[in-house]
Amino acid sequence: MAASTPVAPAGGPAGKHPAPGAPEDSAPPRRRALLHRLDVRGAPYAFVAPFFIVFAAFSFYPLVYTSWISLHRVELATMNVMEWVAFDNYVALWEDERFWNAVGNTITLGVISTVPQLLMALGLAHLLNYRMRGSTFFRVAALTPYATSVGAAALVFTMLFERDFGMINWMLGLFGFDNVDFENNKWAAQIAISTIVIWRWTGYNALLYLAAMQAVPRERYEAAAIDGASRWQQFLTVTVPGIRSTIVFTIVLSTIGATQLFGEPLIFGQGPNGITGGADNQYQTLGLLLYEEGWKNYQMGRAATVAWVMFLLLVLVFVIQRVVRRAASRRSAPTRSTAS
Amino acid sequence: MSRNQKLLRTRITGAVSAVAALGLIVGCSGGGGDSGTGGGVKDGKVTITMGLFGVMGYKETGLLDRYMKENPNVTIKAEVAGDEQTYYTALQTHLAAGSGLKDIQGIEIGRAKELVDTQADKFVDLAGVPGIDHYLPWKLSQVTTPDKKLIGLGTDIGPMAVCYRKDLFEQAGLPTDRNEVAKLWAGDWSKYVQAGKDFKAGFKGDGVAFMDSASGLFNAMIYGNSEQFYDKDGKLIYRDSPTVTGAWDLASQAATSGLTAKLRQFQPGWDPGLANSTFATTVCPAWMLGHITEKAGPKNKGKWDVAKAPKGANWGGSFLGVMEQSPVKEEAKKLVAWLTAPEQQEFVFQKLGNFPSSQKALTSPAVTGAKQEYFGNAPIGEIFGAAAQEIPDEQVLGRKDGTIKDIFSQGLTLIESQNKSPEEAWKTTDERIEKATG
Repeated sequence: MAASTPVAPAGGPAGKHPAPGAPEDSAPPRRRALLHRLDVRGAPYAFVAPFFIVFAAFSFYPLVYTSWISLHRVELATMNVMEWVAFDNYVALWEDERFWNAVGNTITLGVISTVPQLLMALGLAHLLNYRMRGSTFFRVAALTPYATSVGAAALVFTMLFERDFGMINWMLGLFGFDNVDFENNKWAAQIAISTIVIWRWTGYNALLYLAAMQAVPRERYEAAAIDGASRWQQFLTVTVPGIRSTIVFTIVLSTIGATQLFGEPLIFGQGPNGITGGADNQYQTLGLLLYEEGWKNYQMGRAATVAWVMFLLLVLVFVIQRVVRRAASRRSAPTRSTAS
Repeated sequence: MSRNQKLLRTRITGAVSAVAALGLIVGCSGGGGDSGTGGGVKDGKVTITMGLFGVMGYKETGLLDRYMKENPNVTIKAEVAGDEQTYYTALQTHLAAGSGLKDIQGIEIGRAKELVDTQADKFVDLAGVPGIDHYLPWKLSQVTTPDKKLIGLGTDIGPMAVCYRKDLFEQAGLPTDRNEVAKLWAGDWSKYVQAGKDFKAGFKGDGVAFMDSASGLFNAMIYGNSEQFYDKDGKLIYRDSPTVTGAWDLASQAATSGLTAKLRQFQPGWDPGLANSTFATTVCPAWMLGHITEKAGPKNKGKWDVAKAPKGANWGGSFLGVMEQSPVKEEAKKLVAWLTAPEQQEFVFQKLGNFPSSQKALTSPAVTGAKQEYFGNAPIGEIFGAAAQEIPDEQVLGRKDGTIKDIFSQGLTLIESQNKSPEEAWKTTDERIEKATG
């Protein structure tokens, strides 16, 4: 609606008062006016339509259909045979310890991959922000891991973390450590997987931070320098507050990414063990649980249930984040007003 | 004038964007126009696509090239997936979606029953194909529906033996001659585990385990019985079946006695284990010889040998099916019949060791007299032939055989690598099977 307003003043009056050249046109004025109005009102809708049609077909419809499937018992091989079970799938999932295990793993994997990743990205961006030679090279290099496919990266890391002949165990061996069974040890496996995630995304986040940092006015640094602030103090008091909204943005993005963590653990385990997130489900995430139900057990109803619960969890996380932020800003609002 | 032009331009852009939006939708739902299997006939040239897994031998030994040379109007495009689990997952998804299928699809024995039960109508009936009366009687019955529809033709079968390292056996003070070695465990798998204990006691040095994984032993034991996880009526019987519980007990005993290298067959670590000699024996179905030859490499040539297994069993074996959706069904049928004909089965056996499922090929001198150079000229025709005789004539397959096999392997990994007690691991395995089949 709002989009049509700027057009209206230009085209609107023309419709009411036919232009002098109108009689030359073969179409009757009233029909032309109608077409014109349709054009002015309709065109914006036509322009935004592609996105919303695609959204409806590939996001909204699947969402609704998934919820419909989740209320049934249905197998992949026989999708046409659906048995209505109401909320049984949800109840079963609630009581399934694999689900809680997957929720736990998703959270721990999310924390140990997101927190170091964003901190490292912040530091890296700070360094890249200095005037130095070959900065373009370093910026491109920082983005390279992001351009690699998950599959390739995970495969290489899996070889590095291999128990008997992996390079990491070889290096640990140089310092006299025994071989670590990265796959079968819960924390070792989770750390290995988070390494893949960190490697891939640190540079990407660093560039986002860098872009934001370059928008921070130079004068603030100069002022801080005159006040005698060290580089580190400048970073804490000027840079970080200056790019706060970007940090929040990357946190939201990384949280969503961590909730959907799938490719890295799947390839890290390989074969049947990848699907179940290790023989003991020690690194099974919600995404892998969904995959196991759908594409190993071929139970589409249960897989759809996991998908919906994941969606609801994300909504919940989003709401909590909003509430916390509002509470925080309410608390900090008075102090800020007195300070300024 | 100029305003009219502007109007016209807006109108055109509007129309274009609407058409573009429509095109997007149509474009994405499309693909229904053509065959969807990738094959077809163009200018008199036939293209046949194949979906295969593991080392089935057709691409590797150049058989497909030979067929194309003999039939100049045929082009074959074969895609080979390394991991059967990945392959089957994709096949299931393609079957459900009705797209992305190849003209010819490989079927692993662990999936045969499920496909026969649920997807038979998507496969072409091969029962009438001429010249297919040469298979072992039980081979084709595994892919025949109750109303006699045949959804695949047999490729190989998996009679078993034990592959062992002569040099490591010598270091441990065990006999090295294949007949002597076979005597160590003749008739009973528990003697094989006992030999492992002797190996462990006698072997000087470390870093070498007696066997690669407990699940290999488990598989070898259960596949010697005609009923495995299911009975004839399709009921799950693994809980009370003495075959399964016996195999579980012995395999977990091997796992807890430190006789295994704690590897998972065909998973990371196993191949380098073959190349770097981290284990001395592995239970090997005939089709595994090709894999060992390739992964253990030339430097271990002559160190490996093959001895008769304690008991005959059949592990694996596959089929080739033709999809109903294919536009080149007749040509695909011909190709499948040719690839699985006795002569080609003999050829693949000689090249890679995949054991023929064709009775005619089994009795041919090329098979019975075959020796494998890599394995110290072991008479593999004789050893695997004898093992094939011991395979039960009736083998009861179940719908989720493949999945249950994976769950049991993982259960044994819980004991081997996660320090779970056998009881605890069994409980977990049992719960998982219930989840996967329920």
